Amino acid sequence: MISLQHIHRDFRVGDQIVHALDDVDLDIAAGEYVSVMGPSGSGKSTLLNLIGLLDRASAGRYLLEGEDVTVLDDDRQAWIRNRRIGFVFQAFHLVPRLTAAENVELPLLLAGVPPAERGKRAAAALRAMGLSDRAGHRPDQLSGGQRQRVAIARATVTEPAVLLADEPTGNLDQHAGQGVIEVLEALNARGITLIVVTHDSAIGGRARRRVRMLDGRIVADEAEADRAPA
Amino acid sequence: MRLHSSDVVRFAWGALRGYPTRSVLMLIAMAIGVAAVVMLTALGEGARRYVSNEFASLGTHLLIVIPGRSETGGVSPGTFMGETPRDLTLDDARSLTRSPGVRRVAPMMVGSANVGWRGRERETVVLGGTHDMLAIRHWRMAQGRFLPRTDFDLATPVCVIGATIRREIFGASRALGSWLRIGDRRFRVIGVLASEGRSIGVDVQETVIIPVASAQQLFDRASLFRILVEARSRADMEPARRFIVATLRERHQGEEDVTVITQDAVLATFDRILGALTYAVGGIAAISLAVAGILIMNVMLVAVSQRTAEIGLLKALGATARQILSLILAEALLLSAVGALTGLLLGELGSLAVRHAFPTLPAWPPWWAVSASAGVALLTGLLFSLLPARRAARLDPVLALSRR
Ligand SMILES: Nc1ncnc2c1ncn2[C@@H]1O[C@H](COP(=O)(O)OP(=O)(O)OP(=O)(O)O)[C@@H](O)[C@H]1O
Ligand SMILES: [Mg+2]
Repeated sequence: MISLQHIHRDFRVGDQIVHALDDVDLDIAAGEYVSVMGPSGSGKSTLLNLIGLLDRASAGRYLLEGEDVTVLDDDRQAWIRNRRIGFVFQAFHLVPRLTAAENVELPLLLAGVPPAERGKRAAAALRAMGLSDRAGHRPDQLSGGQRQRVAIARATVTEPAVLLADEPTGNLDQHAGQGVIEVLEALNARGITLIVVTHDSAIGGRARRRVRMLDGRIVADEAEADRAPA
Repeated sequence: MRLHSSDVVRFAWGALRGYPTRSVLMLIAMAIGVAAVVMLTALGEGARRYVSNEFASLGTHLLIVIPGRSETGGVSPGTFMGETPRDLTLDDARSLTRSPGVRRVAPMMVGSANVGWRGRERETVVLGGTHDMLAIRHWRMAQGRFLPRTDFDLATPVCVIGATIRREIFGASRALGSWLRIGDRRFRVIGVLASEGRSIGVDVQETVIIPVASAQQLFDRASLFRILVEARSRADMEPARRFIVATLRERHQGEEDVTVITQDAVLATFDRILGALTYAVGGIAAISLAVAGILIMNVMLVAVSQRTAEIGLLKALGATARQILSLILAEALLLSAVGALTGLLLGELGSLAVRHAFPTLPAWPPWWAVSASAGVALLTGLLFSLLPARRAARLDPVLALSRR
């Protein structure tokens, strides 16, 4: 599914070079549930952005569903982001002037899906999040937990293979965060590959596979196949 | 991946409505620019048409023969001797009819006299003319007929009066057939002119027209005020002018002592000057459109940086650089289009107000100004939003999304 081989990502800051990712190797199979933890600045977001094709590696190979995506042009990468990858951000990133349903429709709009079909699929995605009655609400009329669930509906409306979540509970209280994690785990249970970056060890510990990063390297990678999601 | 154009428009429209203040400001700037072009060119064009119409009422293909040589630097022997130039006579006028390029000749006298009828009296301009004057001057009759077609020498006691004279002297009574006293003679009223504008400073409505031979007797004078000559066509004007000059020189013992003015030449000059003025005024107004364009660029740049996160998000959701570009350009184009439309409406309303306030000024905006201002508005909107749109399309999604 996902295969990172000797991935480097360097940033030049002034005349200093920061190794945000330093020779990372990582293989993730379809349907896995992976959490990425580590101290601030260890390269977690950089890793996730790279997997999500928002960023390009400085060196190394990245195979996504068997295809070498490091050599693809921008438009082709955009296409893969649209169809195969879903993002969930800490800051939700909903467009404030659009309703929940319109926000969920955005990826379909970019894909050129006709309006009627878009509406049906967005409604279904919102229903799956238990938000049917909030479809016409704008983000500022929703609670934090509801906003993040709208964002998850948007990330899953194109039925992607991979769901990438960077601190999805970072802006939420304990209770709302719990709800969001349960929604993500339910999606994983139905087959989507789920990668969650988090600071919260309670949340990170729920994943069947836990990756630990430090200074741009993977320092621990433990799997507990027998641990079922709570 | 192709966006549906209806989606592009709807998304752009939503974005504009999401930031009403900046949208309305840009719209106003655009509208003012377009309205300025439309209104100012309407004024310029109105002035040009006004002058054209005034001249056209004098008659087309018209040559005016004036006694005396009024060429700059033209010094004739007579000037030194203190002589007045030789008079123009009815025979001079008659000699001018003998050219194939000349259609009509109308000798003309002007004077003023007291006119009266049954105790009502006033002083007025009296024109001495002939039958052809009606056609040359493009006058129309309200009642009766114009002067009869007779020889220039025949002093028939008939007159044609203007509408004001008819009203002031005859009031509700019937003017046609009445005997009007002009000076110490009596003339039968055979026609009333339809009320019309003015020519060479004389209000047609306030004149009385009598046969030129009668005017000679009335004013006890043989010399003509001028001779109006109508050429058959525009091409005949120059030959006609040469013919007039040559004929009169021959008749006046080889002395060139008349001036021939062609109306077309004067009109063409005015037309050129006023046309250039319209272009200039339109051009100056177009500068305000360019200013609006720069404002659009500024505002779109702010809009892009304001919406960095949104653009980053669209990229994360799979938008290509071209899609981002078209969304931002659509926004600017939509705004320019609405601004241009508002401006056209304002400009037309303004022109309407001008026409209402000054009914004589045909202040219609010329079609080229309307289409050019709308076109320039759209073009500046597009051009000046290219930079912001490209900046948006090139945004690094990671940076865009991490900025809060
Ligand atoms: N655009 C950039 N330019 C320069 N340096 C960068 C850039 N993005 C990230 N870095 C650096 O790369 C390193 C890893 O950053 P990253 O954002 O991946 O950390 P993180 O593990 O997600 O941290 P946090 O838990 O605080 O989100 C940091 O040292 C950071 O300063
Ligand atoms: Mg991070």
